[in-house]
Order: sequence, then structure tokens, then C-alpha cells
Amino acid sequence: MNPAIEVRGLRRVFRVRQGLFARPREVVAVDGVSFAVPAGSVLGVVGESGCGKSTLARMILGLMPPSEGEVLVDGQRLDTMDRRARARLIQPVFQDPFSSLNPRRRVRDIVAQPLAAQGDIPRAAMQRRVAEALERVGLSAEQGGRFPSQLSGGQRQRVAIARALVLRPRIVICDEPTSALDVSVQAQILNLLAELRRDLGLTYLFISHNLAVVEHVASEVAVMYLGRIVERQESEALFRDPQHPYTRALLDSVLTPEPGLGVPDVGLGDIMPDPANVPPGCRFHPRCPKAFAPCATQAPRLTALPTGQVECHLAG
Amino acid sequence: MTPLLEVQGLRVTFGTTEAVRGASLSVLKGETHCLVGESGCGKSVTSLAIMGLLARGGRRQAEVLRFAGQEIGGLGERAMSRLRGDRMAMIFQEPMTSLNPAYTVGSQMTEVLRRHRGTPRAQAVDRAAELLGRVGITAPGLRLGQFPHQLSGGLRQRVMIAMALMCDPELLIADEPTTALDVTVQAQILRLLEGLRRDLGLGVLLITHDLGVVARIADRVSVMYAGEVVESAPTAQLFGDPQHPYTRGLLACVPVPGKVKRGDPLGSIPGVVPRIPPGFAGCAFRDRCDHAQPACAGAIPRRAAAPGHEVLCTLQPGWAGRQAA
Repeated sequence: MNPAIEVRGLRRVFRVRQGLFARPREVVAVDGVSFAVPAGSVLGVVGESGCGKSTLARMILGLMPPSEGEVLVDGQRLDTMDRRARARLIQPVFQDPFSSLNPRRRVRDIVAQPLAAQGDIPRAAMQRRVAEALERVGLSAEQGGRFPSQLSGGQRQRVAIARALVLRPRIVICDEPTSALDVSVQAQILNLLAELRRDLGLTYLFISHNLAVVEHVASEVAVMYLGRIVERQESEALFRDPQHPYTRALLDSVLTPEPGLGVPDVGLGDIMPDPANVPPGCRFHPRCPKAFAPCATQAPRLTALPTGQVECHLAG
Repeated sequence: MTPLLEVQGLRVTFGTTEAVRGASLSVLKGETHCLVGESGCGKSVTSLAIMGLLARGGRRQAEVLRFAGQEIGGLGERAMSRLRGDRMAMIFQEPMTSLNPAYTVGSQMTEVLRRHRGTPRAQAVDRAAELLGRVGITAPGLRLGQFPHQLSGGLRQRVMIAMALMCDPELLIADEPTTALDVTVQAQILRLLEGLRRDLGLGVLLITHDLGVVARIADRVSVMYAGEVVESAPTAQLFGDPQHPYTRGLLACVPVPGKVKRGDPLGSIPGVVPRIPPGFAGCAFRDRCDHAQPACAGAIPRRAAAPGHEVLCTLQPGWAGRQAA
């Protein structure tokens, strides 16, 4: 069986001009990323802001062409697919339910929009499928008649999920789907996403900066740093025994609600990663507490792990 | 010991909307008190009301609003503005919007001292450089000449903290100071706040929605819901023996690595935060509460569950333990 998502050597370069007369500089947002997500599983993608995780999501959704490399969805190249066929296969859920819904349309029209864009679905069938999708995400028919401004943040995110599901896609790209929500609402939405995946056999790419959330939902986790995946492992192994010092630092930064433990010293110093200025050698070395001589000059090779892979001079 | 900050029966209204409905809390010198709750619970409005910074249309009433033993509820705007930035300082969630983009870090930092103390420029610059060093900024001289947009989010928040410290405040109110930051930077900023509290003996009132932050940094916690403090306790006590059904629900919602098996549902609180109509009586959580009873529509008693542990609920303290047994 084909993997639900496969990316090969994906790279995306942005040209940015800093100042009117300055020569444009190249910012490599995603740099040589390859992975495959088996159907029915959840790949969690974690990393700090600016690591390229959202750019990766946009390329997989076909919203942005890669500079190099290719994306295969269900075994087909994304760039050879028609927009409507793509929409039937893969759908997004974004972070901010406040800006991703059209404020001037009613909920049921927002959810119907992907169906309408297909152009060949009879009206009665559209109404039926919208009602089905709303029920699926726990919204009432009465709420279908409201405007987004009349709903709470959690209800709006349910609308966004209903809109993503109305075409019955097989893959959903969730980009920080709960980051704008309160913790009690976040739990409701995470439970809903888990239930939908089980019942509908969906595959998720789940992007989040919250490692505790990723640990709860993902079967496999990819850790991104300045455009590269520096470690990828099955979720359980990654959380039990992280191999990359950056993964270790991220895990140490998670503040679990356990009093008495204090605030951890992550030991990364105050240098921030800058995608316009990627360091030579291992791109993490200026912040790495374990860096040694070769890290500053040689890029680390990929080392295989029992359930994944890591890019670090200390591995192997 | 006299609390550094003492608030009793604080009410804030915007027109007919009651944002804060009788909140009480106190902060001791050298203590971090966390005010935790979800959006719309009134935690930020509480902090702004204490500082006298409510938006136009906001009305504040308080039975007691005392800072360092002095009643400040009746102070006029001029007297309050002398206190603010001087003996009580505040930092906000998004440092980019609280810093003026048109001025350098140095000129914004020194302005505080020159305005409140009339300190000469050269001396104020020295003080600014010293404090930038204190908050862990390497090359303070360079940073003083830079504009806010030239700094990363973590650096900007450090600058905000340094600026808040310019006049040696006794009380620091921090409203979601790490919410906009990456997790690794969040840990660094929290460690910094923790060090300042310890070394300078600051009283810190930290507003947050994040129970992980609360557990790691607070000495005392107050949980807010719909404009009221529903539970308040020393940190270990609150996490070890939470009494209010809302506190318990909130704690169950937080995903903790290794606690809930993947695929099993997280705990959640049904429904949404209610809108509180004028003249509302009883417990605001009762429609979402598994333990609601007819008495919850009446006056709700404030009970002591343990020394320093107060809960606003009709259930008898200890109900949860007995239920488990």
C-alpha cells in the first residue's frame, strides 16, 4: 500500500530583500526534507518558530510549490493533480479559527464551500453532507445557521474541522489546531480529532509547538530545526530516549503541571536560530550544549535508529 | 506580615457587564502568586484594575486595595502614575506592542528613570546597561542602541523586564509574559523571573492560563472562573488536593507525557464559559459541573479546606477524597 504522504528531498527557498537597495538574500525555509507517513497514522512535527514546519505544511497542501523535490499524496505526484482532485484527498485545519473562517457567511455555507467548489454535486446532496459533517463534529443544525462571530473559539475550530471533512478526505494537515484555544477546549478538540481519525481512518500530519500535545496524538514524531528534520522516531521511543541534543532540550522545556520541580535549565544559551543565517556544519551547533570540534565544520550524516533516524555527530 | 499587595472584593464593570465579581487576593514580598484561568475569566482585567489601567468605560470598586500598607483605591490618576513604573511595574504578553518601535531600547529604558527620578542621562544609561546584563543580555551596549524590531521575541521580553526593574519596584505584575515565546525561551524567561524574585525580594503577581507554568513557579495559586476566584491555595496543596470541580476539570485537561495513554481521551470540561447576566446569583460553573445541586443556585459559601486553602463551592471540603475511597 502507498504511504498516505511521501515527500522526497523537499526544499523551499525564499528571496527576501532587506532594505531598498540591498541585494536579495536567500532564506532556506525547508532544506532537504524526506519522509513517508503510512496511511492511518499520525506524524507529529515539532520545532520552534521559524523552523519551517508551516512552510512544509503549505507545500504538502499544494498551496506553495517546492523549490526542489516532490510531494506524493496517496502515491500520486501532487503537482500533476487537478485542484479539485487534490481537495478530495487532502484538507487543512489551521491554527486560528478567528481568521480562517469568512465572517460574513453562515456556518453551513462555510462548510458547504469545498463541495460547491467541486462544481458537480447536486444541491440536495450538498445539504445532506453538510448536515452530516456538522453532526460529526458535534455542532447542531441550529448552529449551522449562525455566523462565526456568534460562536466560541472551540466551536469555530469545529466548523473548520467540519469544512475539512465535508469532502471525505483521507488526509488532514493540522497546523497548530489547538494553539489559540483554552486548555479545556483544547482537550475537547484533541479528543474530537482522535475520534474522527479512528472512525474515518484518517491520516494526520500534526504540527505543533506543544510537545505534550504531540505526545498525546502522534504515532511518530519529526523534530525540525532550521529547515531540516534533525530527528524522527516513533513517538514512544522519542519521548523515552531522545537522541538529538535539540530534541532533549525541547523535551526538557515542557513544563508539566508538577509542583516542586522548578523551571528547568535548558542550557541553550541566548543565541536564536535565524533562517537567513544558517550556521555551517551542524546548524544546531551554536546552541548545542554538547557540541565538539567537527560540529562547526561538518554537516552530520543521517544515522539510522531502531525506529527512526537522527542527524547528529554524537549518534552511532 | 503585611502583604505587599492586598485586594479584597474587587469588582470591575464595563457598562452592564461584570468582568470581575468580587475577587480577593494578596501577594507577599518575595512571593510569586499566580492568577490562573481561561480566556475571559477576568484575570487580565484584575491586573489592569490593580494598576489603575482599565480601558475607558471600565469601572473599578474594591473593599480593600492596598499596596505596601497604603490604600491606593482612592488615589487619583497623577498619584497612581507616580506609583506605576516606579514601585509597582508591569510586563505584558507581547513585548513588540508594548515597546515603542520608533525609539531605541536605550532611550525607552532611560526615560523611565529620568521621568520618575529625574536621574541624569549618563547615570540612567549606566543603570540600563547594568540591568540588561542582569536579565542575561550579552553586549548590553549594543542592544541599547538598537530598535525593538532588531531583537528576537525572547530578547524583547528581557528588555521589557529590565525596563520594569529600572526604578527598583517592589511589585511586578506579569501578564502572560511567556505565552508568545517558544518553549525553550519560555523556560529561560521564567528562570529569570524566578531569580529576580529571589535576589531582589520582589513580589510577583503572574497572570497565566498555563498550569505547567503555575506548577513550576508559583508559591500560591488563585484559580479564576467567570470573574471570581473560585479556589486559592499554596501551590503544592492546590495541585495535590484540588477541591473545586473547575480546578479538577482543568487539571484533567492538560496533556502530560506518559499520563494518559495515546488514543485514550483527555479529560475535558463540557460546554463553554457562560455569559454572566447582571444580577446573576449562585455558582457560575454549575451548568458545566457534574456535582451541581439545587443549593448551587443560591449563595455560595467560601470555605477553608486546609490552612491557606480556600474554595468557593457548596461541596464540603474533602468531598473528592471521600468519593475516591
